Amino acid sequence: MAETIELTRTLDDYKSDEKPTWCPGCGDFGVLNALYNAMREKNYNPKDVVLVSGIGCSSRLPFFVSTYGFHGVHGRAMPIATGVKVARPELNVLVLGGDGDAFAIGGGHFMHAARRNLNLTYVIMDNQTYGLTKGQASPTAQLGYVHKAAPQGTVEAPVNPLLLAMACGASFVARGFSGQPKDLAQLILAGIEHNGLAIIDTYSPCPTFNRVNTFKTYREEVAPLPADHDRHDFEAALRIASCQEPRYLGVIYQREGPSYDEQLAARKTGTQADLPQLLDTLFARYS
Amino acid sequence: MPKTDLVIRVAGEAGEGVLSTGQLLVQAAARAGYRVLTDFSPPAEIKGGYSLFQLRIGSQRFYSRGDQVDVLLCMNQEAYDLSIEDLADGGLLIYDPGELKPPTSPNREQYGVPFSEIARTQLKFELGKNVVAVGALAALFGLPEEYIEKLLQQRFGSRGADILSKNQAALQAGLGYVREHILNAPGFLAERYAVERGAPDKTTIVLSGNQAVSLGALAAGVEFFAGYPITPASDIMEFLAAELPKVGGAVIQAEDEIASINMVLGASFAGKRAMTSTSGPGVSLMVEALGLGAMAELPCVLIDAQRAGPSTGMPTRHEQGDLSMAATGGHGDIQRIVLAPTSVEDCFYQVQHAFNLADKYQMPVIVLHDTVLAVRNESIQRPDPTRIPRQGRLLYQPNGNGAPPPHEGYFLRYALTESGISPVSLPGQPGGQYVATGLEHSEEGRPRYDAVTKREMTEKRMKKLAAAPQDAPEAEFWGDPQAEIGIITWGSTAGPVQEAIRLAAAEGIRVAGMAPKMLWPVAAGQIEPFLQGKQDVLVAEVNYTGQFANILAAHFGRPFEKLTVYAGEAFRVRDILAAIRAKARAAVR
Repeated sequence: MAETIELTRTLDDYKSDEKPTWCPGCGDFGVLNALYNAMREKNYNPKDVVLVSGIGCSSRLPFFVSTYGFHGVHGRAMPIATGVKVARPELNVLVLGGDGDAFAIGGGHFMHAARRNLNLTYVIMDNQTYGLTKGQASPTAQLGYVHKAAPQGTVEAPVNPLLLAMACGASFVARGFSGQPKDLAQLILAGIEHNGLAIIDTYSPCPTFNRVNTFKTYREEVAPLPADHDRHDFEAALRIASCQEPRYLGVIYQREGPSYDEQLAARKTGTQADLPQLLDTLFARYS
Repeated sequence: MPKTDLVIRVAGEAGEGVLSTGQLLVQAAARAGYRVLTDFSPPAEIKGGYSLFQLRIGSQRFYSRGDQVDVLLCMNQEAYDLSIEDLADGGLLIYDPGELKPPTSPNREQYGVPFSEIARTQLKFELGKNVVAVGALAALFGLPEEYIEKLLQQRFGSRGADILSKNQAALQAGLGYVREHILNAPGFLAERYAVERGAPDKTTIVLSGNQAVSLGALAAGVEFFAGYPITPASDIMEFLAAELPKVGGAVIQAEDEIASINMVLGASFAGKRAMTSTSGPGVSLMVEALGLGAMAELPCVLIDAQRAGPSTGMPTRHEQGDLSMAATGGHGDIQRIVLAPTSVEDCFYQVQHAFNLADKYQMPVIVLHDTVLAVRNESIQRPDPTRIPRQGRLLYQPNGNGAPPPHEGYFLRYALTESGISPVSLPGQPGGQYVATGLEHSEEGRPRYDAVTKREMTEKRMKKLAAAPQDAPEAEFWGDPQAEIGIITWGSTAGPVQEAIRLAAAEGIRVAGMAPKMLWPVAAGQIEPFLQGKQDVLVAEVNYTGQFANILAAHFGRPFEKLTVYAGEAFRVRDILAAIRAKARAAVR
């Protein structure tokens, strides 16, 4: 039987009075709204939520929310969130940040977060550029993307976040679009419900520095998943994730299995109350 | 009269069980009432290369491994070549004649014991070579065999009667061979190697420095550990991985050191006592996050088991070269406390001080452990987990501890207080919501770049650092406090310094020595009185640049004389004694 949650909070309960630092027309507003809605839908108490982010325009998001937050250093949102969640599994922890944070400086953590499969939701605000440093190519920037650090266009091929996540063993891989915030809120909710790490790569255009990938171009490129797509079919999901025309939105892959949290809990055999006895046992071992 | 101090070295090929030979002897000797202190120096490779285990035993507490070796057991030619210089005049060389044929020398006695041959043909148990060696050495210095017997039963009893009886036979073969061929040899003076021991004491335990660090962390209530394997710190992670789940904690083997320290900061934010352990290369990678810990005011403990650097350096060799980085490494005006334990026993207590200081001052604390301490086994009194009371963070209690009330609905996480210490809220606490950030921030934790905020917040953080020395753990002092010659040292170098001061006193040279445990910020309240009336103050440390000497010179504006070695090895007592004698002679002139 599905649990019915009485919604006792309003969207305002999730908003802080800090004004967003984003440019007018930034895709991150849509993501923020989707997040407010998802939290309200879960009826989360703000005191029990921790939003963890890295560095970049999108990573400023925790300041605009009334929950606890941790705005870390560049690329390390996932390790910080890992520490929070493992220390306090009862907290609702979401990780937020940009494509540079996730795939460039923090790329080394992405694989291990996917392998580890902690019960976290990771919303990547993917604008295919570095906004905060004024428009250089990010790991998802398309081939030929022209910017000041590559005036003749980048010669590095973009990474496909969905394929990368699947190759790393992620158990929940989705793509969202900030131009469709209602659907995005539903994706975030599905991610929260998922038992394990949910990775939601979200197109969130940068109107100031990326003139190539815009709300307009994304609207033309995206499409809902084919009705018959089975998200539990790994190979089918690979084909969907690879497809460039169109770029599908939705939960592309999902696998059920034990989360890190569950396995960790199963390995704990005592509490801090057992400390004096443990020390006695250990001292005896070395005498 | 039996000796009170005997140094034995077992040298051979790594992977041959040099370490297990040593460990069996140490535990058996400690149970029999001997005081023991060991050193272990493996190559960086897993198998092959020269490896040595040095064991100092007697009836008194030791502080260093001993400069010279009384009994040298060589398993092969390379071990002989690399160790023979360290054999004391008149010392005893034992070697495996199947492996090497050392020349005789009037400066030593020497006997062959065919360890490999005994194991192979007599015992039909090649792996038993180490236990043969244990038996041989035990017979030599008079360790009652029942202590080894019992240990063998505990170690091998559960692995089947066959394994146990083979090891027992190996022990007897070693004991028997030495009794028959050495102790009864014409002219052999057995009493030269017999060592005095104390009464067996049930409260004595044998720990390595890494074990003492791990136990200290448990006693401090650590509940979260993340780390990445690195020599010589990995033992700490492995120890805690086995034990922490028994008290509800968790250990993560992270993907790298950057992840480790960030995980630790996350766990700290969530309210747990959290730590990592690594060595110099790992600390280098953690420097950025340590700045985040200082800025976001998150307590955490980092154990740096220093090794010889820079870069990958010599992974299994000793150096105290990370002090400059630990104290001030990183961009901006960062806050960090640095402690250094001086002995295996001290490791247990300093780690607990580290957690208390981190919590009180809400900043990272680095414990400068080192290779010598990490791998040393020492017989010590069973540590007292209640000696250092636990002192946690100043927690936000609405209408409680004088914490400023939430400002217009927002909690002032970084409230400007007189001490600079602000009450902290933990996730889950109503009304305590804030964002921890590495950006400069207001009292609410919001990013702010104005001049007033930057100045006030910098002063707030620096105020905490300035206050930390008032909680510095007690320093150690030795020798004659009125002496004009002083030596300041830190970490494991305290051992040889202490012994050198004792030897100097026996020669009539007055020297005062001290080892502060808090190296950064400078514990001036402890050091300043020590400096009074001293003409010459040496600073002994294992690095080329004299890192602590530089810190002290900058702080006190007076010269300090650097006494350094930097060959990947600990100080020898005689090096320090020579420096003291030179000072004493100069003073007479």
